[in-house]
Amino acid sequence: MASNQTLEKIAALISEDREIDIDSITRETTFEELGLDSLDTVELVMAFEEQFGISIEIDENLRTIGDVADLIDNITG
Amino acid sequence: MSLKILGAGKAHPSFSLSNSILSGMVDTSDQWISTRTGIRRRFINTTETLLDICMAAATAAMEISGVKPRDLDLIICPTIQGDNIIPALSCEIQRELGASCPAFDINAACTGFVYALDVAKSYFDAGRANYMLIVAADQMSKFINWQDRETCVLFGDGAGAVVLAKGSNLKAIKITAKGDSSLLAIPGSTGNSPFWQGGSPPSYLHMKGKEVFKFAVNSMCRDITDVLEEVGMDIGDVAKVIPHQANIRIIQSAAEKLGLRDDQLVTGVDRYGNTSSASIPILLGELLESGELKEGDIVVLSAFGGGLTSGACIMEI
Repeated sequence: MASNQTLEKIAALISEDREIDIDSITRETTFEELGLDSLDTVELVMAFEEQFGISIEIDENLRTIGDVADLIDNITG
Repeated sequence: MSLKILGAGKAHPSFSLSNSILSGMVDTSDQWISTRTGIRRRFINTTETLLDICMAAATAAMEISGVKPRDLDLIICPTIQGDNIIPALSCEIQRELGASCPAFDINAACTGFVYALDVAKSYFDAGRANYMLIVAADQMSKFINWQDRETCVLFGDGAGAVVLAKGSNLKAIKITAKGDSSLLAIPGSTGNSPFWQGGSPPSYLHMKGKEVFKFAVNSMCRDITDVLEEVGMDIGDVAKVIPHQANIRIIQSAAEKLGLRDDQLVTGVDRYGNTSSASIPILLGELLESGELKEGDIVVLSAFGGGLTSGACIMEI
């Protein structure tokens, strides 16, 4: 389970980038619900890569904010 | 010492394939294609050969340049593949033009035009050429699976040509390669060898779109930054940036990261689709013809594609 810190960082990034209310972004929120298509998701992953200083392989199963947060935490250990 | 452009030309097939025609062929829609890619139509060879398209672009460029075929020292065709595997497309153009110089093709996929400029610069720098013709041409329509809705909507056919001479207008150039066949590939043919024990997949393009998107945006940003840094220029000094026209989303993403103004960014993907190596010289030709690019303007070209390859350069018109 991803740390709250990772989730908060991701939510903040999305909130600022997409001008979405940060409180509406939770673990279970899907990219689709945020109005993001597959390429928007790649752009976000790229922003996360920059933010966390890591390389993230784009996985077809990245559906929710929680999925990304878990992946980032796995990579950063 | 490098090179300068004396003339540019472009050409495309006559048949215009719209998103609505494609929607009747595969499970897609104008809305999906437009929002995901920015493409509205593309031109596809029906009765024209790639050589036909090349000759139209090449003769236009030669005419503007005033250079005669007999004066050419080298012809280079960036192309994935011409109408034939041999003879090379450049050799066929040489024949049709009535030139007598050496000719070869370069396969750097969509980065082909920038790769060709790099090769051309080397020839000019070494004093081995006075005039060169580059004809970048691709007919992706023959390498895609027209039943695959993910890829058949992306590509178009076309050619862009430039006649080059010695000069000092190419200010900086960079090309890269990072060999990878998993993200973007078109398998080669295997004929009917009774000895070959591997598979015989059809020569259709396959691509991992999301990873290619990432590669493309990162390459475009890094390459443009690098060439600007090499000459000590700022992005604000650039009149036009012509990126490879693969997908409007790639272009927009990189443009935002680079801080490009709307008036600097050149796009044509809506009208041509992805024409591989031809995409940059087609738009360069348009801008020169319309006068939107004029003498003294600084233009940045940025390409990325199969290989994986990438490249960028700075030209003063």
